[in-house]
Amino acid sequence: MEQIILKQTPLFQLHKNLGAKLAPFGEWLMPIQYEGIIAEHNWARRSAALFDICHMGEFIIYGNAKSCGLENIITFDISTMPLGSCRYGFMLNENGGIIDDLIIYRLEQEKYMLVVNAATRDKDFEHIKKNLSTGTVLEDISDHTAKLDLQGPLSRDILTRLLGPDILGLKYYHFIELMILSKQAIVSRTGYTGELGFEIYIDIEHATEMWNMLLKSVEVKPAGLGARDTLRLEMGFPLYGQDIDEETTPLEAGLDRFIDLNKFFLGKNILLKQREEGLSRRFISFISDSRRSPRHNDKIISEKREVGAVTSGSFSPSLGFGIGMGYVENGYDWLGLKIVVKNERAELLAQITDKPFYKSGSARK
Amino acid sequence: MNIPEELLYTRSHEWVRIEGDIAIIGITDYAQNSLGDITFVELPEKGAEIKQANMFATVESVKAASDVYAPLSGTINKINQDIIDSPELVNRSPYEKSWFAAINIKDEDEKNRLLKASDYKSYVEGLGRK
Repeated sequence: MEQIILKQTPLFQLHKNLGAKLAPFGEWLMPIQYEGIIAEHNWARRSAALFDICHMGEFIIYGNAKSCGLENIITFDISTMPLGSCRYGFMLNENGGIIDDLIIYRLEQEKYMLVVNAATRDKDFEHIKKNLSTGTVLEDISDHTAKLDLQGPLSRDILTRLLGPDILGLKYYHFIELMILSKQAIVSRTGYTGELGFEIYIDIEHATEMWNMLLKSVEVKPAGLGARDTLRLEMGFPLYGQDIDEETTPLEAGLDRFIDLNKFFLGKNILLKQREEGLSRRFISFISDSRRSPRHNDKIISEKREVGAVTSGSFSPSLGFGIGMGYVENGYDWLGLKIVVKNERAELLAQITDKPFYKSGSARK
Repeated sequence: MNIPEELLYTRSHEWVRIEGDIAIIGITDYAQNSLGDITFVELPEKGAEIKQANMFATVESVKAASDVYAPLSGTINKINQDIIDSPELVNRSPYEKSWFAAINIKDEDEKNRLLKASDYKSYVEGLGRK
């Protein structure tokens, strides 16, 4: 068998020293947990958790969004984004399927940073390159960019103490460029946990120092990808490759609010068609009636018939019962509908609910 | 890794405490540590027959669901309701507070298939090296 060499982030040795459980995540060997998923999850909801997200990809594009072609492949309007703001949305293929979900940062009038998923980085780069006008500069800065996420209700106080009062005024989905450890860095008020939080982009040479500086605060503890997954699921945030992929459109996934149908983008005609003809399947959220968890690929049964499948499921540490999301046939998606979630091991009763599952997040506070 | 001397073990990471013709069974420290935070436990009812090496209980952690195998054949005499109500006990106290069930042993000879603490320790250390 071919030996697969997994990639390591610049913080790999620190994770080992902290006693992290490491596991493959795509091409990467990543920390899944340190103290324990539930403890780390609760720490992010109560205090501030620090995540190594260096595996994610960052691209820089220099150009006018309209004339360089970037506007044509993004589902929201980039040209009207204010400087210092960031936005979440999608790149679609010609069938309306999601190539990736991403966040775009408007760094300058004609300079953008795109933050993409680790597993789709190469594919995304090719797709973007193919669609940009000749001469447009597209740079993949992932290999020398570290990304550290500090998430939790106390994150703003901690970062203000360390980086200064600019952090205090930072609004949700806005960012600032500043010098950290005498190096240019970006701090955005974004995240994947539903809590007040920040994502820090810094040169990998300074990743260790930044990580240690943040961990010095007693309010900060490291958290792994395990807690990141339960935190995002409690918010109903989709995970690329699991809840959404090239076979699903943003409309099927219920992500309409990140789509601007008043502009052109690749895949739009399929979305218009879906909107006109109606969707054949719908993305639902549901809660289990017990501590038992729904799991990825479990069947969704209604009226004794298989009507869909679970894409994400877990025990919810904040709520104390199982929660999940998945796709069902159109007509089986109404709030309150009782469903059965089934695998070869067991079946559980569940009920369709609204999102987020966890409603006390501090993200916008 | 905590492996009490006085218990017997299986390669699927269950432990057994023999008390006369009763066996008290649970999962090992290695098992709870590998599973991570345990969030759900399902046990058979009192009176149920269980068979050595067959699945008799289920544990779920945040990441996955796993089967627990019967270390010996027998009849369930008592189950531990505490771990159903508070599954995190299995992480905190795998040998003391979170025994899964007590069974009436059906076949004494089956004990020969279980591992002594020293053998289980070597077995677990071998897994760590792989």
